[in-house]
Amino acid sequence: MSDYRKPIPAITPEMRPFFDGAKRHELRVQRCSACGAHRFPARAICSDCLSTDAHWVTVSGRGEIFSFNVMHQVYHPGFAAEVPYAVVIVRLAEGAKLVSNLVGVPPHEIRIGMPVRVVFEDITDEVTLPKFAPA
Amino acid sequence: MSLKSRTAIAGLGITAQGKVYDSNHVGFASEAVRLALHDAGLTRADLDGLLVNPGLSWGDLGMASFQLQQAMGLRNLRLSSSMNSGGATAGSMVQYAAQAIDAGLCTTVACVFSDAPLKPPQPKDAPGTSGSGAAYGFGRGLEAAYGQYGVNAMYAMVAQRHMHLYGTTTDHLGAIAVASRAWANRNPAAQFHDTPMTLADYRNSRWVVEPFRLFDCCLVSNGGLAVIVTSADRARDCRRPPVYLWGMGQGHPGGDPSETLTSGAPLAKHTAFAMAGVTLDDVDVAELYDCYTFTVLVTLEDYGFCKKGEGGPFVADGRIAPGGTLPVNTGGGQLSSFYMWGMTPVSEAVIQLRGDGGARQVADAKIALVSGNGGILSTHSTLVLSSLSA
Repeated sequence: MSDYRKPIPAITPEMRPFFDGAKRHELRVQRCSACGAHRFPARAICSDCLSTDAHWVTVSGRGEIFSFNVMHQVYHPGFAAEVPYAVVIVRLAEGAKLVSNLVGVPPHEIRIGMPVRVVFEDITDEVTLPKFAPA
Repeated sequence: MSLKSRTAIAGLGITAQGKVYDSNHVGFASEAVRLALHDAGLTRADLDGLLVNPGLSWGDLGMASFQLQQAMGLRNLRLSSSMNSGGATAGSMVQYAAQAIDAGLCTTVACVFSDAPLKPPQPKDAPGTSGSGAAYGFGRGLEAAYGQYGVNAMYAMVAQRHMHLYGTTTDHLGAIAVASRAWANRNPAAQFHDTPMTLADYRNSRWVVEPFRLFDCCLVSNGGLAVIVTSADRARDCRRPPVYLWGMGQGHPGGDPSETLTSGAPLAKHTAFAMAGVTLDDVDVAELYDCYTFTVLVTLEDYGFCKKGEGGPFVADGRIAPGGTLPVNTGGGQLSSFYMWGMTPVSEAVIQLRGDGGARQVADAKIALVSGNGGILSTHSTLVLSSLSA
C-alpha cells in the first residue's frame, strides 16, 4: 500500500469514529441524539433541530446513487491515470449523503437511482475508505 | 419610505480584463475605483464609503477595504467593509451602499471587486494548458480522497440531477453558451470578442467535468471593476446619466441545492420587484449571474421566465441570443466576456441603461434585471435598475 498516490485524508478528532469504523469495515455516520437525523460529515450541531447531542451509528451501507459527475481534469497527480473517473453522491437508506466512488461500473454506465452497497478499500495501514458497488 | 430611485449608480470603472499580468489585486481594485470616480466626474475627496468584495487573490486574512483605502490614500471614510457572499456580493454591496446613503451614514460609496488568480504562462507550458482554473480547484479533506475537486465538480452534481429529473440536455446548456458568445462577439471588451462559436464548436469542446464542457464554465479573469453609488440628487449632478436603483433584494434559501435545484432568486425577486413596482414583462434586459451555463438556466426558471424544469427548451431556440425576445447577458457574461464575479452583470446593466452598448446595445433598454449568485445556488442578490427616475 506504500505506492498509494491519491490524497490520504487526515483523521481529524471529530471524524475519528468514522475512520475507526471504516478500519473495521463498518460504515458509520453521525446521528442526532435528539431528533434522530443522520448526518455526514461530522458537525457540531444538528441543522434540523439545533441539538448538540450526537452519537455515531453503524448504518446499513445500502443506498442509491443520488447524483454523479465524470471528472476529466487532473487536480491531483494520484488521479492522472484514472481520468475520466466518476465521483458519486450516495444517499444512504438512513438519509445521509456521502461523496464517494462507485467501483466496478464504467463512468458512463452510472445512473441516478442505481441501488448500491458499501465496500471498503484499505488504502494505508491507518486509513480505509468506504466506497460503493452495485447492490 | 421605499428606497426606489432614492439612490443611483453614478460611475463605472472597468480595468483591462483577462490575461493581464502587470498589476495585482490591490492594483486592479485601485484602478477600477479611480476609473469609476473619473467616469462619474467625482474625485477621491468625494468618496466617503468603500465596500470591497475580495477575490481569491486577497487571501483569507481580510481587511481588504482597509488595504484598498491605504493604497488609494483615502481619508476619513464613514463606511468601510469587506464582504463575501460569493457571486451575490456585488449586488449586495450596491444594496448596502444604497441603504447607508439613504440613512445618512455617508454620501458616496465605491463598491469594488478585483482578483488576479491568473499567472503568466511559463515557457514549459503548452498553449492553453496554463491552468486558468487551478485557483478554483481546491479539494476538501475527505472529498479530495475520492477525487472531488473544485466548484465545477459540485455544480456538475446539481446539473446532473436537473437533467435526470427534467430531461435537460447538454445541447440546452450549449444554447446558452452560444448565445453568450454571440453577444461577446459584439462587445470589444470581451475576452472572446474575436472568437465566434457555433453549437458544433460547443459540442467539440473538451469535457471539464461531465455534464460540463469547457464552454459551460465561466472564464477566469484578472482585473478590477467598481461602481460608485450615491444619492439620486447627487447622481444627477454627475458627469454621466444616473442609473437608478429601483429595487433590491436578497435570497439565501439554505439547505441542499441538489435537492431543490432552485437558487435564492424567488425570494430575492419578491423583495426587489415589489420595491421597484415591476413585473417580468417590464424587464428589457436580464444580466444574470453565469458561473456556468446551467446557472443561467436555473436562474431563468427561478425568476419565472419559464417554469421549473423548462429552462432547457426555453433557451433552445435562440430566445436569449442577439435578436431573441429576451436579451440575456448582453456583453457576453462571465462565460464569454470576463469574470468579475457579480460585478460583470452589474456593469453590463449600467452600460445598457446608459445606451453605451454599441453593437450590442438593446434598443430602448430602460429597465434591467441583475442577478448575483454565490456558492452552489446558495446566495442570491437581485437589483432592478433603470435609466428612468420613475
